[in-house]
Amino acid sequence: MLPSIPAPRLVTFAYRAYVALFFVYLAVPLIVVAVFAFNDSLYPSLPWKGFTLDWFFGASAPKIGLFHDRAILRGLVNSLLVAFATTAASVLVGTTTAFLFERYDFRFKGVCYMLMLAPLVIPGVILGISILAFSSQIANAADDAFGLELNALRPGLLLVALGQFSFIATIATLVISSRLRKFDRSLEEAALNLGASPFMAIVTVTLPYLAPALIGSALVAFLMSFENFNTTLMLVGSDAPLTITMFDRMKQGSTPVLNAVSVFLMLGSALLGLVSVMAQRGGKGTAE
Amino acid sequence: MNAPLNPAASGAAAPREEGAAARRLSFILVFAPFALWIALVILVPQLNLFFLSLREKVGPQVYALGPRNYTELFGESVYVLTLVRTVVMSLLATFATLIIGFPIAYYIAKIARGRARTMLFMSCLLPFWVSELVRVFGWMLILRETGLLSRLLQGLGLVDGPVELLYNDVAVMVGLIYTSMLFMVVPLVSTLDSLDDALVEAGYDLGGNGFVVLWEIVIPHAKPGIVAGAIIVFMLNLGNYLTPTLLGGKNSQWFTAQIYSQFITRFNWESGSAFGFVLLVTSSLIVWLALRASGQTLSGTIGKG
Repeated sequence: MLPSIPAPRLVTFAYRAYVALFFVYLAVPLIVVAVFAFNDSLYPSLPWKGFTLDWFFGASAPKIGLFHDRAILRGLVNSLLVAFATTAASVLVGTTTAFLFERYDFRFKGVCYMLMLAPLVIPGVILGISILAFSSQIANAADDAFGLELNALRPGLLLVALGQFSFIATIATLVISSRLRKFDRSLEEAALNLGASPFMAIVTVTLPYLAPALIGSALVAFLMSFENFNTTLMLVGSDAPLTITMFDRMKQGSTPVLNAVSVFLMLGSALLGLVSVMAQRGGKGTAE
Repeated sequence: MNAPLNPAASGAAAPREEGAAARRLSFILVFAPFALWIALVILVPQLNLFFLSLREKVGPQVYALGPRNYTELFGESVYVLTLVRTVVMSLLATFATLIIGFPIAYYIAKIARGRARTMLFMSCLLPFWVSELVRVFGWMLILRETGLLSRLLQGLGLVDGPVELLYNDVAVMVGLIYTSMLFMVVPLVSTLDSLDDALVEAGYDLGGNGFVVLWEIVIPHAKPGIVAGAIIVFMLNLGNYLTPTLLGGKNSQWFTAQIYSQFITRFNWESGSAFGFVLLVTSSLIVWLALRASGQTLSGTIGKG
């Protein structure tokens, strides 16, 4: 079936209806979540009891809004901390690793490339437990042998960031590699001929070219870190990121404050999306 | 040729050696972060996990090597059934995602044009910018006893009282399909995009009907995309914890939930590691079989960036 090939009108109509239905299916759960954030009821369900912003700004029980909910705000701060750390580490390592695979030939390159892809094939839960077990065993050994308390290696935000970094770095590497591959190396050679040191050539010529990919991968890394659940769940300590706080509430059944948080997150994601579109347009390249 | 401003570029033997040394140094500088990353958070922890899974507790603080954690897992029919159930449901969900997503991908790649095409593709991506937690929450609000669908059915007079549509296998499937749709549609769109319209037209000109063209031309061409999408979606389903737990409740019996309960709730790391390894091997084995059967490679499907 193609636009250039005539098809029975009924078939064309049915196909269009299916596509429309599909997009309704994609949108409905999100719309439902968003709408109930503004319902003046203690439960995120029908009947509709009128419009309110209490689930965002309410300060008194039972309607404690998102901006007065200590646990939620604390989760938000934790998530931001983890996301910044993970993003910085992932983009940095992603850049050097992209250069490694695009610019150098070395023994066992194929094996190394497979190892670089491996984190995408390992389920997140298993990445989580393997890092948990490994770091806890080191911490136990240090405690037994030297009486050292390595609290950083106990479940907590640092381990959460490390666990997320373990696979987000792969994604950053892939995004940055795909742009680096398209780079015209004669530009770099021109810089070298004009007297730049190799380091200066990369900083002044190659990195600006990579900027859209760097920004794109940073946004993707930030978003993936912020939203991550499976790996985070295994590594979380007493200080929980937002997804874990929300998950615990969701299991119990909660007030529409969760809807308000969701709306807040949707707006945040939309903002990130806008920034990424602008970054890509600036570079006229593909930074998926 | 202009006189080079860089003295290093003008020299002969000695600077070239310097260049080789510099190149080696730069290699070490870009290799080190990669090596540290893969060794410290991937390779060593995974090997350690494997070692842990082979450890048997003999007495307090006394351990021996042995396969007991694995024999216990495979000796207990509940665990084996959970594994089989997780694999089968993940495969079914993957297949359903493909069937639902393929016409959409085809529409975006081949039928929609210009602005409509971009719009459709973007709105396909949009829900996935939102956390999986929020998406699952949406389905909870729709499917639960006091939820929208139950109200709707009551309003239409199809049921007498509230109906609980959450906490069953269908709810889990709906959630899984919804959650991983993007990862099917994107690779499909990119392979279908490269299909030349002339091939499809030729298929019709030579007398093929829609099904023949689909089966003989479109699907063979889209195979790399189908395999890539199916592998990613399958792995996401198999390793998912959030969706089965929230939408399936206590009945979900997902294998990752077993890993969680062994590791975190019971604090039985030896057995939890064995569970983790069984999941990893199962997942890798099925992915390998799929690649083998379709003649694709892992780096060709996932690593193309």
